[in-house]
Amino acid sequence: MSESTIQLKVNGKSHEVQAPSMSRLLDVLRDELGYFGAKEGCGEGECGACSVMVNGRLVNSCLMPVLQAEGAEITTVEGLAKNGELHPVQKAFLECGGAQCGICTPGMVLASVSLLEKCPKPTDAQIREGLAGNICRCTGYMKIFDSVRRASEIGGGA
Amino acid sequence: MSSKSRPNLGRALPRKEGPQKVTGQSRYIDDLPFPGVIHGTTVRSSVARARIKQIHFEGSIPWNEFTIVTAKDIGTTIPGKNYVALILQDQPFLADGVINHPEEAVVLLAHPDKYLIEEARKCVRIETEALETCFTIDDALAQKPLIWGKDNVFKSYSMNKGDIDSVWSKADHIVEGEYFTGAQEQLYIENNGMVAIANPKDGVTVWGSMQCPYYVHKGLLPPFDLPGEKVRIIQAETGGGFGGKEEYPTMLAGHAAMLAWKSGKPVKMLYDRAEDMVATTKRHPSRTRHKTAVSRDGKILGMDIDFVLDGGAYATLSAVVLSRGTIHAAGPYQIPHVRIQSKAVATNHPPHGAFRGFGAPQSIFALERHMDKIAKVVGLTPEELRRRNFVTPGELTATSQVVRDPINMDQLLDRALELSDYRAKRARFEKENAAGGAIKRGIGFATFMHGSGFTGSGEKYLASVVGVEATPEGKVRVLAASTEIGQGTNTIFAQIASDALAIDYDAVDVLPPDTKFVPNSGPTVASRTVMVVGKLVETASQSLKQLLIGAGLLTEKYATEQFMQACRTYRERFGELKAFATYKQPSYINWDDEKYQGDAYGAYAWAVYVAEVSIDTVTYETKVEDFVALQEVGRVVHPIFAAGQIEGGVAQGIGYAMYEKVIWKDGRMANNRMTNYIVPTAADTPPIRVFFEEHPYENGPGGAKGIGELPMDGPAPAILNAVEMALGTPVNTIPMLPEDVMHAVRTQS
Repeated sequence: MSESTIQLKVNGKSHEVQAPSMSRLLDVLRDELGYFGAKEGCGEGECGACSVMVNGRLVNSCLMPVLQAEGAEITTVEGLAKNGELHPVQKAFLECGGAQCGICTPGMVLASVSLLEKCPKPTDAQIREGLAGNICRCTGYMKIFDSVRRASEIGGGA
Repeated sequence: MSSKSRPNLGRALPRKEGPQKVTGQSRYIDDLPFPGVIHGTTVRSSVARARIKQIHFEGSIPWNEFTIVTAKDIGTTIPGKNYVALILQDQPFLADGVINHPEEAVVLLAHPDKYLIEEARKCVRIETEALETCFTIDDALAQKPLIWGKDNVFKSYSMNKGDIDSVWSKADHIVEGEYFTGAQEQLYIENNGMVAIANPKDGVTVWGSMQCPYYVHKGLLPPFDLPGEKVRIIQAETGGGFGGKEEYPTMLAGHAAMLAWKSGKPVKMLYDRAEDMVATTKRHPSRTRHKTAVSRDGKILGMDIDFVLDGGAYATLSAVVLSRGTIHAAGPYQIPHVRIQSKAVATNHPPHGAFRGFGAPQSIFALERHMDKIAKVVGLTPEELRRRNFVTPGELTATSQVVRDPINMDQLLDRALELSDYRAKRARFEKENAAGGAIKRGIGFATFMHGSGFTGSGEKYLASVVGVEATPEGKVRVLAASTEIGQGTNTIFAQIASDALAIDYDAVDVLPPDTKFVPNSGPTVASRTVMVVGKLVETASQSLKQLLIGAGLLTEKYATEQFMQACRTYRERFGELKAFATYKQPSYINWDDEKYQGDAYGAYAWAVYVAEVSIDTVTYETKVEDFVALQEVGRVVHPIFAAGQIEGGVAQGIGYAMYEKVIWKDGRMANNRMTNYIVPTAADTPPIRVFFEEHPYENGPGGAKGIGELPMDGPAPAILNAVEMALGTPVNTIPMLPEDVMHAVRTQS
């Protein structure tokens, strides 16, 4: 496979990578750049464990060819905390028990951030809908819903 | 046991590894660096039962670049024996001459290029001669054909209390029923994965996703013919288990280690979702037959239960899954005459294995559906029938165990019905359903208990060990093989130890399990981590404190900093500071393995779960609208984690009841993708309202009993009882998908 030179901006930092243009964004983030926060759960866009934000939109990085992300602003879970201060959504997940085994957590946290950016004071129905693309097998979702409500209270959508 | 003397128990303290988890810093097996690592893959049989004639390596693959391992290597290039050590030794790591299920590993391949090994895998052709297959419980029992042992039976139990034959003539009603449950995939979001480094000089070291490091350790001794100290197992952060990483990791660790041994390089084997779903263990499918003698006034005189599990192709853990299912089959009722006959049988499915609940969700589903049927026959409400039969303290369970917990199931039931507004809703739904309309509503419940810890003499034989040690800084570290898999082990052990030592929570950490450094505290299964292992953490911590007091370094009252200074001084004077505790069975526990009678478990958690459903009679879609889970658990150690366990288990139980259908085709799972094997999402899961009651158990830390498996038992029968209330149609098979409801309604009318 021929490789292309691709410019990516991840968590505010510019990277130039050599990769086949149809490589999955997930593989480039993990294997080339060392952002291990994005996880592969199913490889077909069902579970959302590989969620990242691309230009402010939540995407399944297992379904996106890296070329499509060329020049885009990518945010992974590693990019949420600023100057050692956790993002309100991360704080809320810790406080409310939103993370158990933790493997869906990076994707679930980003999905929650994405939801709260669009909808800072979500209703229960909006939370359910907003997180429906991210599967968690540990929590039964109740503590994740609590986390999103709590994050909304402490400024996660601001 | 005041809250003053245990300031940390019962508090929602921060999850020890939480900050790493929410920031993406936790390292799971696929995130760890291993310089020079090459990739391994598995070539599977694809046919259910056959003799292997020849293995062909075809296509334009540079086979000389590959490390290839088959059964022929074991005993030659790899020094030991070809079996996965568990209860029996019937399952090989690699099929040797005979294939017994369609996902059996036959050839292992390793190569530095992970894309090329996938191509190579498809170019291995296993030439076989087909043998007759067996896929159903009926065929297995009829030995059509004989595929395992002398009768296709891995294990059978016959549990007898009283004299069942004496009851039938005295019964006013004899109620019979037959109930089926399907396979269920654990669907942890992190697939199975292992990395191994192995050579004759250093032995075998494996890192990976797992629940039970010492199971993997035990399993790797025979194939490499190594002494215990030459095998080292290290748990990486683990992305969920639910039983699915209890016994299967031994197989994968063995495969990775064999490729590493032969290639001389570190080998990484990661299953993708499709392989993980198709090849690894699932919940045992079951069939239960009930025959019950009941008096006119609703008193159950005798229960005759026939319980059968499909164990798949090898024995694995089926005997113990069957045991738990058998013991729980008669529920929280006081029945004078009980006979439970049970069998785990062989089929040519991949072996079924551990999954949260471990046999109990199957037999409890049958029982709690059957109780509603009995109520109908006798003409009582479901709650009144149960009330007339609940076991009470001092009475005997089906294993003739005296109930020591001060449980009042009547009161628990009352409270659950109140919390769910059961009576008012039932009356309203009956009226509305009768008035017509496409949406029918129902409400139903299940009453049940779940034993904590290993069954019978199990804990005695395990004889688990836990250690605590002082670090150079004077902090305390818990040493146990019990794994953190999301349920909160790290946090809860630190709560228990800090209370026992009377120091701050932050002064205690838990060492990640590594068999080189931690003693064998037993497997992370059976709702035993808090109740059994946690108690050992408490005991070991008390011993450590006594060492400091004995050395004159500590008085009875001290602050955390003084304690830490005492630890540092002790270490300077005497070297290390460590204390251990070994499990001793309480003297009153008596279990008869022959008759299967006696104290089956040290303690039980008791519960009443209520489900409210709506069913669209046009699409036959069922929705759970509300769910109340009330349980008595001894002591809530961590209120958020405890509720999280219950909510997670209830969601899995909802999936078990109405979404998660494994479609079998010639012994293989046909829908092995998250696209077509459906688990509940955030949009599907109803409000799950969790409530606890606490009657401290003397042998649990701070009174705690086990709760991990309990929530898997109740949802399915509660939901199907609600569905019957809504439609007037009984459905006695799970999972119950819309087409199954439609079929049941149409068959009935």
